[in-house]
Amino acid sequence: MPSLEQIVRVLSLEDYNTRVVVLGVMALGAASGLVGTFLLLRKRALTADALSHATLPGIAVAFMIMVAFGYDGKSLFGLLTGAFVFGCIGVLAILGIRHTTRLKDDAAIGIVLSVLFGLGLCLLRIATELPSGSAAGLSGFIFGKASSMVASDATTMGVVAVSIALVTMVLHKEWTLLCFDEKFGSSQGWPVIWLDILLMVMVAIVTVLALQSVGLVLAVAMLIIPAASARYWTSKITPMLLAAASIGCLSGWLGAVVSALVPRMPTGPIIVLICGLWFIISFIAGPKDGLIIRQLTRLYLNRRIAKQHILRAMWEVCESNAVPEFTVDSIVYVRSWNNRTVIRLLKKVSKLNYVTQLPSGKWLLTEFGFAEAARVVRNHRLWEMYLITYADIAPTHVDRDADMIEHVLGRDLVAKLELLLDATKIPQSPHAIGVTQ
Amino acid sequence: MKVEAGHSTTSPVSIHDLTVAYQRKPVLWDVDLDIPEGKLIAIVGPNGAGKSTLIKAVLDLVPKASGKVMIYGRPFAKQRKLVAYVPQRESVDWDFPIDALGVVLMGRYNKIGWCKPVRKQDSKAAMESLERVGMADFARRQISQLSGGQQQRVFLARALTQDATIYLMDEPFASVDATTERAIVKVLGDLRSLGKTVVVVHHDLQTVREYFDHVILLNMRVVAHGPVDEVFTDENLKKTYGGRLTLLSEAADRLARH
Repeated sequence: MPSLEQIVRVLSLEDYNTRVVVLGVMALGAASGLVGTFLLLRKRALTADALSHATLPGIAVAFMIMVAFGYDGKSLFGLLTGAFVFGCIGVLAILGIRHTTRLKDDAAIGIVLSVLFGLGLCLLRIATELPSGSAAGLSGFIFGKASSMVASDATTMGVVAVSIALVTMVLHKEWTLLCFDEKFGSSQGWPVIWLDILLMVMVAIVTVLALQSVGLVLAVAMLIIPAASARYWTSKITPMLLAAASIGCLSGWLGAVVSALVPRMPTGPIIVLICGLWFIISFIAGPKDGLIIRQLTRLYLNRRIAKQHILRAMWEVCESNAVPEFTVDSIVYVRSWNNRTVIRLLKKVSKLNYVTQLPSGKWLLTEFGFAEAARVVRNHRLWEMYLITYADIAPTHVDRDADMIEHVLGRDLVAKLELLLDATKIPQSPHAIGVTQ
Repeated sequence: MKVEAGHSTTSPVSIHDLTVAYQRKPVLWDVDLDIPEGKLIAIVGPNGAGKSTLIKAVLDLVPKASGKVMIYGRPFAKQRKLVAYVPQRESVDWDFPIDALGVVLMGRYNKIGWCKPVRKQDSKAAMESLERVGMADFARRQISQLSGGQQQRVFLARALTQDATIYLMDEPFASVDATTERAIVKVLGDLRSLGKTVVVVHHDLQTVREYFDHVILLNMRVVAHGPVDEVFTDENLKKTYGGRLTLLSEAADRLARH
C-alpha cells in the first residue's frame, strides 16, 4: 500500500514524471471526449479502432525510413507522423472497400484492422532486426508506455487539446448537421465530405497522441467510452460534449494517479479501466435512460396506475351501493385482484387519507377520497368518450396521466364530451352519494 | 443568365434526359420533365420505381449517369437557396441528442453561415415553423420521445424555415397518424397559396386526387405526367403498376363492398 506521504506527493504533482504524465493524459482525455462525442454520433466507433491498429505499420515504416536516412530512428515526431499517415490510409481503405465492393462496414473494418495490424507486427519484427539503430522501444506503442513521456509530450497534448476544443466550438453546428442528417446537409450545400474528413483527421490526431500513453490497442477506448457514458447524463449535444470531456479528463487524471501509486501498474489499461468504471456508473445511475431511472419510472407508473384502479374500484362499488362504505370482498368481486392485493392497496391509500377502516372491518371512503376518486373516474370516462368520438386523432392527444382532462383538451371540448356522455355517468359532486347516506 | 439548351427557364425544376444508375443497374431511364410552377405535384409509382432517386438526383445527392437538372434554368448548385428538402424519416437516427427545435434550426444553418452560433431571430423563425405544423408545444422535447408523425412534422418544419420556393418531400405521408396527415395537407395548401412549387413522393393512390394538382407516374421512366384529372387514369396506372394494380384495386373494391 502507498504511504500517505506518497499519496500527497502524487496528488500534488511534486514529481516531475508524475506531473508530466498526469497533465498529459488529462489533456488527452479531454480532447478524446470532445472528438469522441462526434465520432460516436457519426457511428464511427469501430472505424477509429481500425485507425488505431493501422498506425502500427506506420510506426515501423517511419522507423526504418529514418534509420535508412541516417537519422535517429526513435524521433517521436517522426514515428507519430508515420502512425498518422498509416492511420489515414486505414480509414481510406475502409471507405474504399465499402464503396467499391458489396461488403458492409463491419467486414471492411475487420479486414483493414487485422491486415494492417498484422503487417505492423511483421514490419516491427523486421525493424528490430535491422543492424543499425535499436527498435526495442517501438513495441511500447502497442500497449502504451506512459513513463516514457517527457515535458514536451505533455505540452503537445495540451496544445492539441486546446486546438481541438476550439475546432469543436467553431464547427459545433456543422458537425452536428453532419452527424444527424448528412443528406440534408449536402442538399444545403454544406461540404459534408470535407467536414467528415476533418472529423476523421481530428480522430487520427487524438489516436496518434494516445499511442504513447494508452497504446494503440486501447486508444479507441478513450474516444468511445467517455462519449458513450456522457449520453446517459444528457440528451443535448453541448452538455454531452462537456460531460464527455470531463469524464475523459477525470479518467486520465485518476488513471495516472493510481498507476503512479501502485507500482508496476500500466497507466494506459488503468485509464481505460477507470473509463469503464465511469461507463458502468453512468449506465446504472445516469438520469437519461440509466438502469435505475428506468426501473423507478416503471415502478412509479405502476403505482400510479394501481392507485387509480383502486380509487375507481372503490367509487364503482360505492356508486352501485349508494353508500360510501364497502368491504374488501366487494372490491375483489369487481376487479381481478386477490384479497391480499386489495388489502395492500387499501392500506396504501389509507395513508393518503382516502379511506379509513371502520371498527366493523368495513372501509369508508373519506370525503377527500371521494373527491379524488370522482376526479379519476370522471377523467377516465371522459377519456374513453374522447377515444370513441375522435378515434382518428385521439392517440396523439390522450394523456391519461394528466390531473385534469381540461389541461390537455381544453374546456370547450370537455364540455362537448360531457354532453355526449350520459350525465348520470359523470361523477358530479363527490357529496352526492354522501347525501343519500 | 446563361441558359442551357432544351431547358425551360420558367420551370422550377426542368429535368432533361436524366439517367441514374446504382452500380450497373439503372434505376431511372431518360427522364424528361418540366415541373410546373406553383402546383402540388405527386410522384407516384411502385416500389423501386426510382421515386426517391428522382428527388435525390435533382438535389445532386446521387451521381447522374447522364442528363441535366436545371432549377429555373440554372444548375442546382447555384440555386440551392430556392430548394428545401424533406428526407425520408427513416434516413436519420432519432436517438440523436437534440430536441425538436434543434432539428428545425438546421434549416436555418445556411442563413446563419459558417462557424457562427444560432441567433435569436433564427430560434424565432424555427418556432414559427413548428407552430405551422402544430408542434410548438414540443419544441423542447427530445426527438426520440416524439411519435413517428410528430417526427415527420419536425422534418417538415425544418424545410419550412428555409423559406424556399421549391419543396421536395420524400414520402412525408408514410406511416403517419391522421393529425399529422391533416397538418401536412394544410401546409401543402398554404405553400400552394403562396405560389410555391411542391413535389411529393407519394405512395397512397387513394389520396392523390384529393391532395394534388399534378401527378408524375413513374416506373423507372416517366409513364405520364400532367394534371391529375387528365393523367391519373386507370389506363396510365396500369401502365405504371402493371398487373399488380388490378389485383390491389380488386381487393380494395371487395373491401369497400363489405
